[in-house]
Amino acid sequence: MGREFLDLLERHGYDFFTGVPCSLFEGVTRILDDEPRYGYVSAVREDAALGLAAGAYLGGRQPVVLMQNSGLGVSINALVSLHQIYDIPALLIVSWRGQDGGDAPEHLIMGRVTAPVLQLLDVPYEVCDPPSMDAQLHALTATMRRTRRPVALIVPKGILDR
Amino acid sequence: MNRADAVAQVAAALAPDALVVACNGMIGRELYTRADAPTRFYMIGSMGLASSIGLGLALVQPSRTVVVFDGDGNVLMNFGGLASVAAARPANFHHIVFDNAAHGSTGNQRTISDRVPLDEVARAAGYGRTARVGDAGQLRRELGSWFDAPGPSMLLVTVDRQNVAGIGRVEPEPPEIAARFRAACTR
Repeated sequence: MGREFLDLLERHGYDFFTGVPCSLFEGVTRILDDEPRYGYVSAVREDAALGLAAGAYLGGRQPVVLMQNSGLGVSINALVSLHQIYDIPALLIVSWRGQDGGDAPEHLIMGRVTAPVLQLLDVPYEVCDPPSMDAQLHALTATMRRTRRPVALIVPKGILDR
Repeated sequence: MNRADAVAQVAAALAPDALVVACNGMIGRELYTRADAPTRFYMIGSMGLASSIGLGLALVQPSRTVVVFDGDGNVLMNFGGLASVAAARPANFHHIVFDNAAHGSTGNQRTISDRVPLDEVARAAGYGRTARVGDAGQLRRELGSWFDAPGPSMLLVTVDRQNVAGIGRVEPEPPEIAARFRAACTR
């Protein structure tokens, strides 16, 4: 699924990839790590990934930022005091560790509040549903381009793991 | 040396098409007041991320010189940013750090850069070229050819703690800063 997902992102116009890995999208980052043509930048922290993405956007690209939902907390200041105030668009791919409470303790609270945090921050999002992923990315990308603000695709377990 | 003069001195040494990402706080405000241009991006929030923004830009615009105007507080806040620059080794990336060992815009509270030499950290991480200067004459000598040699480089300029008078805020609204900078980057 990783290959199809990356093809889909490229078809929707995304051409810069950075982030911090999560096992829930391991199938995507394995390809990004292995194939230099993506120019994937493995960031040290999620807010630094957002900084890289902002720089790439200012340089003419349309970035994707991959992160575990634990990294959403780290990203908040970059989202609200960089991307959102400067009108810098980005697609966030946010994994959903701790969904429905079934996960390691460190993921449970963020798992519960991932969607509410995005709502609170005014980041439009969709929860990835494989049969309609193309339509979801189409809608998110249209919103991102219209508002010039970040949007997010939340990725539950079992979709992009392999 | 006062920081505003040091900022202006570095800005004056840049080629007209060099792209500058300035950190938040007094350094960006001083650059705006002394040497504004469409080729400047003033990061007013997201403290720490100027080096990450500059790295992202340098990677997608390899034919342009990218210069990050940074401060010690910013560098310390995103220490991993130094590692990312060193790992990516962009030849077009130059890091200028104005180091007063203090948080200038919140009341000059001390940082820890008096005990942790940021230029040595950058060199250890893998920056190809680093130097430390402490007065206008030394700065002038380094600036004579600094941007002619490849990066990633770090030029650390030790500056006074005092803020000089007459430095305003960055006036354009953030979307305007981003739009004009993006146009200058992609021209």
